[in-house]
Amino acid sequence: MDKKSIEHVAMLARLRLSDGEIESLESELNRILGYAEQLSELETDLVEPLAHPSDLTNALRDDLTRPSVPREEIQSNSPKSDGEFYLVPAVLGNANELKK
Amino acid sequence: MSDPAFELIVGLEVHVQLQTQSKLFCGCSTKFGSEPNTQTCPLCTGMPGTLPVLNREALMLSIKTGIALNCEIARFSKWDRKNYFYPDLPKGYQISQFDLPICGPGYLEISDPKGEFKTKKIRLIRAHLEEDAGKSVHDEVSGSADTKIDLNRTGTPLLEIVSEPDIRSPQEAKAYLTELKLLLGYLNVSDCNMQEGSLRVDANVNLHIESNGEKIATPIVEVKNLNSFRAVERALQYESERQFSNWKSDGFTIDDRPKQTVGWNDSEQKTIPQREKEESADYRYFPDPDLVPVVIDGTTIDTIKDTMAELPSAIRNRLESEYQILPYDSDVMVNQGREFVEYFEAVAKESSEGKVASNWMQQNVLQIMKDREMGIEAFPIASHRLANLIKKLTAGELDNSRAKDVFQVLLEKDLDPAVVMKELGIEAVDDSALESICEELLAMNPQVVEDFQAGKKQAIGSLIGQAKKKNPNANPGKVRELLIAIIEKKL
Ligand SMILES: [Zn+2]
Repeated sequence: MDKKSIEHVAMLARLRLSDGEIESLESELNRILGYAEQLSELETDLVEPLAHPSDLTNALRDDLTRPSVPREEIQSNSPKSDGEFYLVPAVLGNANELKK
Repeated sequence: MSDPAFELIVGLEVHVQLQTQSKLFCGCSTKFGSEPNTQTCPLCTGMPGTLPVLNREALMLSIKTGIALNCEIARFSKWDRKNYFYPDLPKGYQISQFDLPICGPGYLEISDPKGEFKTKKIRLIRAHLEEDAGKSVHDEVSGSADTKIDLNRTGTPLLEIVSEPDIRSPQEAKAYLTELKLLLGYLNVSDCNMQEGSLRVDANVNLHIESNGEKIATPIVEVKNLNSFRAVERALQYESERQFSNWKSDGFTIDDRPKQTVGWNDSEQKTIPQREKEESADYRYFPDPDLVPVVIDGTTIDTIKDTMAELPSAIRNRLESEYQILPYDSDVMVNQGREFVEYFEAVAKESSEGKVASNWMQQNVLQIMKDREMGIEAFPIASHRLANLIKKLTAGELDNSRAKDVFQVLLEKDLDPAVVMKELGIEAVDDSALESICEELLAMNPQVVEDFQAGKKQAIGSLIGQAKKKNPNANPGKVRELLIAIIEKKL
């Protein structure tokens, strides 16, 4: 893990790091990765990949609606709203909604 | 030197909102058009301490769609987090499926009843279930610096259907989307309302160019914001021309440029590069620990199969063989939806005149539906009444134009065609009466006879009108035949 990859990961997590923080993270993260790296010594060719640590499958619910939380109440969690919408700083400066 | 030949290569990603009452992982309603932010809860707004639970109906609808699309249904499927930051995604990740989607490879067959391209299979890579994001509203009119966010849509079940790049023209893309939409409608999986965003399309586009015996691929462009099938067609046409002229001027190939994202601007009729969020494609998928895997057994798949109604392609084939109608005709009717087909079949069976019934459905019935902006379920004539009318028509008891008169009355009154015929004074004219009318008319119009003999065949048209005036039940076709026969006998 070098400075560049730490900057990249920080950007993806929207973290603004100082040069000092990057420097200390570099050695910290490398130590953590090195610790995890020990796992690669294990022979895993014959091990089924694990999708979930629990044995449970198919936790399903019926398609029934339940009352939602009143708007006023749920919007009290947000720093800014106009009583109808949440308000956030203008996104990307254009009107194209990026659909995922 | 002439331009080298090139081929358009298109793969489509279609997002379909599934018709469930509640969201994918919580009990909030999925109803469209409600007041903003009135259909949310701590779960779909991404509050800590909440736990998602999968909606059974969303899973069943996905499996049903997969079966109809000839997909392999995964026996084991799991959930992954797709991480990105955007204000309409409160959790900071979307629950989706990365490596084990519910529906694996499949295909959808498309054909063009007008024969502009050959029937072909568009292969599907996969179809996976995921949650929708919220909506951002950019209110530029008010000049507000803020973007408004409505989270009602957040968590609505979406099925993303991804095709292989098997589509070769804007026409094929339209045919694929039309068939997919029709299929989803027949399955009752989605209302596919594009205005309301229930069906959204992204297209991956590039060109294969034959140049000096080499096949060159141009850089891939992903076109977003395609809000109608027409927009898809136009955007593909536009991209095809743009990419070719770009390649001619800069020569860039797929190896020189990464995939670029553009948006289709419908008012300007062109694609516009979207400002890329730097390194945005790094979604860092990982398994979602909040959701346990889904196991689908053979019995479940068989049960869903057994309850599935007949699908459009099967209905087309059946109509063609059962009623001896053309592919074009079966296509027009199947495209009108299941209820329309059912009405047609009732008329065709009752009248034993499949072809005539098919013509009446496509011309007269469809016309009224269009004029009155109604569906077949609101069409005022009962199927057995229309069948009776068709029986009388094919038995020669009335001609086409008189049948249309009866049809008009049936639209207003719930009566048997026989009663209406009586009301309108429609009765078959016997041949000798018709013959004497014709004799009389020819005697009165020697000029017409002369013109006809001189080769002006259309001259007798005026006499047909006169014959109808003398007796409104005179069959125009028969009058024409008789007039010609009498003139020729005299020669
Ligand atoms: Zn909710």
